[in-house]
Order: sequence, then structure tokens, then C-alpha cells
Amino acid sequence: MEHHDTEHHSVGYGPYVIVWVALIGLTGLTVAVAGIDIGMWTVPLALAIATVKTVLVLMYFMHLKYEPFIFTAMIVMCIITFAIFLGLTFFDTLPRYNP
Amino acid sequence: MASHAMTGASHREPNYLEYKGKHTGILAWILSTDHKRIGIMYLVVLTAFFLLGVTLGFFMRLEQLYLDKSVSLMTAATYNAIFTLHGVTMIFLVVVPGIPATLGNFMLPLMLGAKDVSFPRLNLLSWWLYVVGALIIFASLFSGGGLPDAGWTFYAPYSVRTATNIPLAVFGVFILGFSSILTGLNFVTTMHRMRAPGMSWFRMPLFCWSLYATGWIQVLATPILGITMLLVFAERLLNIGIFDPSLGGDPILYQHLFWIYSHPAVYIMILPGMGVISEILPTFSRRTIFGYKAITYSTLAIALAGSLVWGHHMFTTGQSWYANFVFSLLTFLVGIPTAIKVFNWVATLYKGSIRIEAPLLYAVGFIFLFSIGGFTGIMLGILNVDIHLHDTYFVVAHFHYVVFGGTMMALFAGIHYWWPKMTGKMYNKKWAISGWAVMFIGFNLLYFTMFIMGYEGMPRRYYGHLEQFHQAHRIATYGSWVLITGILMMVATLISSLRNGEPAADNPWGGSTLEWSIAGLPPLLNFDEIPEVTEDPYTYNPEPEVAHE
Amino acid sequence: MSSHASSHDAHEIHSDFEGAKIAMWLFLFTELLLFGGLFIVYAVYRSKFPAEFAAGSFALDRVLGVINTAVLLTSSLTVVLGIEALQRGKTLLAKWMVGLTVIAAGIFMVNKYFEWSHKFHLGLYPGGDGMLNLPEGMLRSGGEIMFYNLYYFMTGLHGVHVLVGMGLLIGVLYFMNKRPYKRGVTVADDASDEFKLANLNPRNVSKLENVGLYWHLVDVIWIFLFPLIYLI
Repeated sequence: MEHHDTEHHSVGYGPYVIVWVALIGLTGLTVAVAGIDIGMWTVPLALAIATVKTVLVLMYFMHLKYEPFIFTAMIVMCIITFAIFLGLTFFDTLPRYNP
Repeated sequence: MASHAMTGASHREPNYLEYKGKHTGILAWILSTDHKRIGIMYLVVLTAFFLLGVTLGFFMRLEQLYLDKSVSLMTAATYNAIFTLHGVTMIFLVVVPGIPATLGNFMLPLMLGAKDVSFPRLNLLSWWLYVVGALIIFASLFSGGGLPDAGWTFYAPYSVRTATNIPLAVFGVFILGFSSILTGLNFVTTMHRMRAPGMSWFRMPLFCWSLYATGWIQVLATPILGITMLLVFAERLLNIGIFDPSLGGDPILYQHLFWIYSHPAVYIMILPGMGVISEILPTFSRRTIFGYKAITYSTLAIALAGSLVWGHHMFTTGQSWYANFVFSLLTFLVGIPTAIKVFNWVATLYKGSIRIEAPLLYAVGFIFLFSIGGFTGIMLGILNVDIHLHDTYFVVAHFHYVVFGGTMMALFAGIHYWWPKMTGKMYNKKWAISGWAVMFIGFNLLYFTMFIMGYEGMPRRYYGHLEQFHQAHRIATYGSWVLITGILMMVATLISSLRNGEPAADNPWGGSTLEWSIAGLPPLLNFDEIPEVTEDPYTYNPEPEVAHE
Repeated sequence: MSSHASSHDAHEIHSDFEGAKIAMWLFLFTELLLFGGLFIVYAVYRSKFPAEFAAGSFALDRVLGVINTAVLLTSSLTVVLGIEALQRGKTLLAKWMVGLTVIAAGIFMVNKYFEWSHKFHLGLYPGGDGMLNLPEGMLRSGGEIMFYNLYYFMTGLHGVHVLVGMGLLIGVLYFMNKRPYKRGVTVADDASDEFKLANLNPRNVSKLENVGLYWHLVDVIWIFLFPLIYLI
């Protein structure tokens, strides 16, 4: 059949290094804020930073930014599925553990 | 479509059965990466497991003939082991791989106009994992502390406390999960990449659509089963007590994780069956399918909604009231896309030029039995009714109507439909129809009686029963004998056709999908020339050209 | 296709790199949901035992966690630089980058080994004495035990994935060394970049890209494990 070479969107080495610097910086940030007492915001903030890091990895290191939309759509579907599984489980456990 | 019928060209490729590769004998099969041979291999192994499961069920029914347990066939512990093995075999080895692995493997590339699936070697690996997983499960019977007796659901805390050989069985299920995932992944990729030119998504036959939705559930839900089984494994062997209350664990969480997979798994089982039915009805009523897009969207909707309802297995576990409420509501929603399908099927038959053949009868039987299974499912989704019916024979009857009356009947329908294309032989029509009729009667005798028993309070998985249920148990057992007779008639008819059957015509039913455009048995690479699709599927000319009557 | 196709040819026609990438992503989804199941377990128990989990993470060695995070992030960078280099025909640089990734994975596992063996030494392992009882002899609460059980299971399963990733990277390295160019073409390492680019084996690019995707996923999972287990 055809050798269907996908175009390689060459972005050079530079952007990857910049993303890496950002990831290391965000790691520092999450360690730093974990030391501060911000009460109930500790967990959401840590997860928010982790999410930002993940988006960076997905978009740049995993080339999602340069892939057809179908890949993003698939990932969104995967994440929605996980969110459903997690969310519906909490309908049980949250009221049961905190009556 | 089917404009590229490859009629008796002078240099016919050897068909997939005649083809000589670098291996011979059994190796030419178990090392073959040809999707058709893999499909047949699945069919052979799966039939063996199915007959094993039937045998175990037969003994369970036989035991229930005895009211006085001092003279009965087996001990209670044996009965526990037998229903566990019956469940594990039927669910994980027969019904879950069922249609996708057998008919899906054989037909998907043919229906798409492709030479094979995207990853033929991965496909063979799936088969091997399936066999290895099965062997591990059977090895658990002959080793360790005794026959696994936790039921096919392996509920904690019993599964982590019982001395029987749960770890090995659980590990086998984990391996089978891998097999299922790889098949799903392979099929989804195949449909994204290998559709024939001109076959847009909405020109795909509905069986393919159902495999597409199934593939996604396999990919997204099976890993949750994998991790659950790993956690049980770790709890047994490494003392990682995730579900052990004395170590802070919550046994109900096990049930959540188990059903997060196992409820969508019900749709892994039934969606391909619905796909088969959607192929058969247009062919035998010679009308285009009614509501192609409605069926497609309802397939996807079922796949989605099926992931939202697992908690309805847990109404009586003590999960929170909010969860009960939400899961009950969501359960009713699954009925909508399912009903859409049933209406479309019936509308397809309406005013069609119906030709009564064995596949059609199996398909119509499917609609009848599956509808009963579906309705009783809605009943079980009602919170207060479920309190009464939970863990009774009503539930057993319900899921046998869905899984056996649904999936297995659809599998039988598909086997009878595609048998000529898979084997090149035509089975005896009279015997095939008689087998169906006997099976249908036996089925209802066995399982409808269970509905009544369950409604009156007979609990499932009990070794003994009270005298008030004895009459019903006897009727059900007699029904099981009729059912088994029907199954044996079907198997015998099909097998004898291999030896004595008439050679099948290229397109005996006048089907309009691409697999029927191939002359005779498909060659190794299916199509000499990749066909070009120019019409929607199920397009019948005004004057139907039925091959032979 | 030639008219008499052997079954081997049946594979040759399937050099569909886009399809391979789709399949790899689908496989990553299964991995995501495998860990997703664990994250559900973690979330449920964290909501049940918030104080015990916070105390547990506080007791872990945060410095080791930070070092390992940095190591994994850097390895993600090296593997993506390796892909970029290979696409440009700079095979030697690509091999170096993949090699560095393997080394980083090794460092991660060595760190992990020290972290775990220290805890085992204290009896802090599933079913161990230090896990079930406090130093003063009292029983530990269920929440604390649960935290350590999850800590072991989650980092353990992630560690297994790091090992698998190492294996895959070494495999790609083998293929890059074995046949860096199209069949029948032998090229010296000091040949010009243009020449190498023209003779690049697209299979190796595809392999490295897909293994790279797997490696990034291992990284992504750690990005979440790190704060959940070591920080909060």
C-alpha cells in the first residue's frame, strides 16, 4: 500500500527545552506552595499545577498540538470517561463517609 | 455496491483454507496471522468452552432436582465451585470475547473491504493471551487450596479471605483482559485506517459500527477490571489490604471497581450482537435498514450510557442513598437507545419481502428474548423492587435472557448467516430451524420459570431450596434438558454440514455488504482489488437478485 | 500487491504509521485508566482519611521525590529531542538522547530502591511490624496503613512501568543500531545529514515516536503521583 508518511512538523530543539524549563519551574512551584498553609486549597492547587504540567507534556512533548484533531478528541473522551467513573463513585462514598 | 464481484477469473487465488504458508499442520493455524483463521480458531476454542459451561450448568440444574440433600449429587462446596466456574467460563471465556473475537475477526476486514486488520500479529497475540488466560483459570482448579468458590464476581472480602485458589483465577482474568483490550484496540484502529475507498463512516455496515463502540468500551473499561484484579492479587499475596476493613479498607469500593468494568462489559457482550441482528434483518426482508443513523447513534449512546449505571448492582450493599437514586435514574435512560434499536428492527421487517431462514429465526428470537431481558432489567433498576428481587433467581433469569437470549442467540444467528462464507458449505435448513425451535422452547421453559421462582423469593447461588420451590425447580431442570438438546442439534447440524453439506453459493442470502461480493471462500488477502464503495450499505435493487432459491 | 502474496507480505503492506500512532494512543488510554482505577481508590480513601494521608505524605522523603520528578521530566525532554534528531537524520545525536533517557530511568529506579529499602528497614512494608504498629507499641490507625499500602502499590506499579519503558527504549536503541537506514544501504556515521535524511528508515522514527509517547505517559502519571503522595 502507500507509504503514508505523516508530515513531521519540525519545531526545532528550542521549544522543547523551554517547555522543560517550565516543567521544572512548575515542580518547584508546587513544592513551594505545598509548604504554605492554605487550608482546603492545598489539594486543588497541587492538582491544578499537575494538570498544567500534564497539558504541557501532552501538547508539546507528545505532539498533540501538531496532530489531527481526532487525537485530541479521543483524549478528551478518555478523560471524560475517567471523570464519570470518579464522579459517580463519589456519589456513594462522600455521603457515606461524611453522614 | 458490490460492483467488483470477482467472478471466476482464470487465476483464482487459493482460498484461506487452501492457502499454504511456511507452516503446515496445526502450526499453519496457531501461528497464522490471517484474521479469518484467527476468527475460526476463536470459534473452535470458544465452542469448547461454551459446551463446558453448558455442562456445568446442566449439573447445577441436576442438583436442584434433589430436595433431600442427603442423597444428592454433590456437596455444597462442589456446588459453589461449579457455579463459580460456570460463571467465569461463560462470562470471561465465552460471552465477552464472543462475537467480536469470532465473527468480528472474520468479518470486519471483509466488510470494510480491507486485506486484514491493522495489526495482524497483535491479533494473533490476542488469541494466544486468550488461550493462556483460559489455561491459567483452569490451572487454578487443580492447584492451591481448592476450587475457587467466590462466584464469578470475586467479591471482597470473601475473595480475599477464602482459602481456595483465588489468586491464580484472578490472574487468569487479568490476562484475558489484555486479550480483550488488544482486540478492541486493533478493531478501532482498523476502522479508522482501513475502510475501503468511498466507505465513509456512515457507509460502514452496522456490525462494524457496533464493533467500533465495543472496541472503545474494551479499551476504556477493561483496565479498571485489570487494576481491580491486581488489587485482589496484591491483597492475597502481598498483604496490601486495599479492601480490608481492618486495614482501613472499604469492601464496597471493590464492588464499585468491579462493576465500573463489568457493567460496561455487558455492553461489550450485547452491542456486537445488536450489530449482527442489524445485518441479518435487512438481508432477509430485502429492505434497507430502517433508521441507519438512529441505530448508529443509539449504539454510541448505549456505549456511553452503559458506563454510567454500574451502581445498580449495589442497591442493597449499603451504598449511599444519593448513589442509589442517581444510578436508578441513569439505568432507566439506557432503555431509550435500546428501545430505539428494537423499533428500528421491527420497522425494517415491516412490509419487507421476508424470507424465512435459520438466521432470521435466530434474529427474531433474539429480539423477543432480549426484549424480555431488557424489560426485566428496567424492573430491577427500580429501587424498591430491587430490594425484593436482588440476589434471587429473578436476577439470574434476567441476565440469562440478556446474555444467552441476547448475545448467544445473536452469535448463533451470525454463525448461521455467515457460515456459507466462512466454510463454503450450506447446512441443512430443516435441521437448523428445528434446532432453533427446540432451543427456543427449552430456553423459555428454563429461564422463565426462574423469573417466577425468583419473584417468589428463591435466592440465587443456594445449594438447596425449600419445598415450595421444588415444582418450579423441576420444570426448570426439564427445560434445561430441552435447551441442551436444541444446542446439540445446532452444533451437530453445523458440523455435519462441513462433511455432507452442499457447496454454498457465493451469496446465498442476497446480502448487499462487501463480504458477499467475494466469489467463494475469501482468499488470504480477501480482495484481489480493493473494492470501491459507491452506495450506502443495505441498498437493494428494485428487483432483488437472489442467488438461488 | 504482487499476485502471490506470502503472509509475510501481508505485514509488509501495513506500514501505516498513522495507524500505529492511533493504536499507541489507544493503548495509552488503557494505561491511563489502569492508573485511573488507582486514582479513584486514592481519591476515595483520601476523602475518608484526609488527616492521615496528609501526615503520611509529610513523613515521606520529599527531597528524593523532587529529585525523581526532575529526573523523569528531564528524561522526557531527552526522548523528545531524540525523536526530533532522528527526524532530521542526526542518528548519532538521537542514539545519545535515547541512551540518556535510559540512564535517567535507571537513576529513577536506583533512587526508588534506596527509598523503599530504607522503609523496609524500618518495618514499614505491607503487613510489616512498623506498618501495623506505632513505635510506642500502639496499633496504627486504618487511614495511616491505607496511605502506606497505596504508596507502595501506586509507586510500585509506576516503577514496573518505568522498567517496561526502559526495556522498550533499549529495544528501540537496538533497532536504531541494527538497521538505521533502508535495507541494503550502508552509511558511515560521518556521512552528511542530507544523505542520512534521504536514507532514514521511517520505521525507526515511528518506533521511537511511539515508545516516546509511552515514556511521556509514564512521566504524566508521575506528575500526578508526586504531589498526591509526597506533597499533600
